[in-house]
Amino acid sequence: MTVLGIVEGPLWYAAAAIFVVGALWRIGGMLALPARVELSEPRASAAAGAVRSILQHSLPRPAFVRQTAFHVVAGYMFHLGLFALLLFAAPHVAFIKERLLGFGWSPMPRWAFIVTAEVAFLGLALLWLRRLLDPVMRKISDADDHAGSGLTLLVMLTGCFALQEADESLRILHMLSVEAWLVYFPFSRLMHAVFFLFSRGYTGAAYGRRGVAL
Amino acid sequence: MSAVPAGAQAVLKAAQAPDPGKAVAGFLAQVTRDAAFQLEACVRCGQCAEACHFYRVTGDPRYTPIYKLRPMLKAYQRERAPFAAVKKKLGLAPPEVTAEELTEWSELLYDSCNLCGRCTLVCPMGIDIAGMVRRAREGMAAGGFAPADHYKAAQLALDTGSPLGVRWPALRRQIELQEQETGLKVPVDVEGADYLVVLSSMEIIGFAEIIGALARIFHQARVSWTIPSSGFEATNIGVQMGSHDVAAALLERIVAAAERLKVKYVISPECGHAYSALRWEGPNLLGRPYPFKVVQIVELLDQLAREGRLRTRGRDARRLTFHDPCQIVRRGGLPQAPRRLMNQVSGDFVEMPDRGIVNFCCGGGGGVSAIHRAEKLRFAAFDCKKRQVEAAGAEALVTACANCRNVLEEAIEQDGMSLPVLGLTELVAQYLETDPVQGSSAARA
Repeated sequence: MTVLGIVEGPLWYAAAAIFVVGALWRIGGMLALPARVELSEPRASAAAGAVRSILQHSLPRPAFVRQTAFHVVAGYMFHLGLFALLLFAAPHVAFIKERLLGFGWSPMPRWAFIVTAEVAFLGLALLWLRRLLDPVMRKISDADDHAGSGLTLLVMLTGCFALQEADESLRILHMLSVEAWLVYFPFSRLMHAVFFLFSRGYTGAAYGRRGVAL
Repeated sequence: MSAVPAGAQAVLKAAQAPDPGKAVAGFLAQVTRDAAFQLEACVRCGQCAEACHFYRVTGDPRYTPIYKLRPMLKAYQRERAPFAAVKKKLGLAPPEVTAEELTEWSELLYDSCNLCGRCTLVCPMGIDIAGMVRRAREGMAAGGFAPADHYKAAQLALDTGSPLGVRWPALRRQIELQEQETGLKVPVDVEGADYLVVLSSMEIIGFAEIIGALARIFHQARVSWTIPSSGFEATNIGVQMGSHDVAAALLERIVAAAERLKVKYVISPECGHAYSALRWEGPNLLGRPYPFKVVQIVELLDQLAREGRLRTRGRDARRLTFHDPCQIVRRGGLPQAPRRLMNQVSGDFVEMPDRGIVNFCCGGGGGVSAIHRAEKLRFAAFDCKKRQVEAAGAEALVTACANCRNVLEEAIEQDGMSLPVLGLTELVAQYLETDPVQGSSAARA
């Protein structure tokens, strides 16, 4: 078996398995904790509050626009860029079709990839730079935050190198970095990609039953 | 006073011998399913700092709201989180929480957090940081790391019924004075009344006119009400210090009074945290639903006004603005009721910037006003409120919380400002259409 074959074969499946099992294990472990029992009479719907909170916290609140503009703009640049690259970069669409789903969709053109990658890189760079320089973010950040940012940057960087598909070693490098990212994901703060639904939802439900529109 | 339950006694004793192990056990007992996700969801963006008045006035990153949860997060990640055992064996788990750390965090979890919940609004993960600080305080109190002033107030509340030591004879005297003032009989211990009025010590000591105001309003609206001679204290230091045992013991007294007098409703007074304790936390603390309903006084007055039972005449000509008590508005769900009442009695009601659920705390909520060592920081935090009030250009400030009122008055005096602070219920009572004090034909009870 070639190196690429190993990287895209056994290593890929192992990393994907660790990612899926690890993430499910962690979420399941948290869900297995005792539920909070609410005995007070609700004023309004907890479920509606949860849905509203999940949506509301995706948008900047008018009272805080000025203070949070940096995070909102850089955050959306990075996350939208990342998901666009993940789902619409031509090699990804091909990989999804061949290895995951059996069908694909139209990939983004090369110029769109470059623009999207630049937006995503800039967003991540700004967020990471702020984490390194801002006194509040420095105070509350730890090694996990930097490892997550570093691995994500590595995945994006090697992905750009591999786009041309000029050399097999570049594809191997990208796949290895993706696999490292997948293995790290369930044990790290990268899990915020899933946790945000729970934290927003639980808070929204708690406030919602009090009649507070968060 | 009734006997102090063993759990509450144990918490009070904890102050004499602080024990990080007990604190950790207290933290872990609070990590329910929802709390685990709240603890783990943070992406360390620091935006919550921008919402916190303690950070804004000091610029000290230690006051970043999510940072205040660090000991609880460490305890959870070390002892309870998925993979915790493996991480411990590999040396990847956080280190043990120490007594020194908890002593340092006592200031962060108590002095610099009003449990106001403003940080939740800005958090992209929607983490209920105030709710989690409330839970973290359970561990702190159990371990002996809550402020000494809170333990003292809890002891006093359990011994006398009030954190300020207010007993029935003091309240009875205030009732008598208000009866003389209004010419109305204040019903005490009336079995079968519809509404039970409980009060905060701050009201009884500092703003006893509220009793007369209620008598006049309820007289006009023909509300059947009573005040209990025992179980009349609404404030709950247990909720503020973070002891469910102390909180439940204090709540039991109100519930016992309500059950003894067979009332349909208990009125939560003009006190923010009393509303949280009585309306939202109470049944959970006692482990059973109430046999009565809890209604906030502002909510009731608004209801009476909308039913046409509370009628006013004339309006206050001063430019008035309203300070939203955090636990009644942002965390209580009653942003509109006070505004409808304000518009009914004010001819020039102006809103502050960032009103309603984004309002700034007075700086003294969540038990902070009871901590002597926190006074300087509390006065500094008032700066955010001061800017709001000045932007509104108000001639008087109205609120619906006696603690807010007291804290605001102290801070205003400290800042050399000249601004009256009024209670909403008293303001409404001043403009009653048929005021028995002014010689109406209303029958005297």
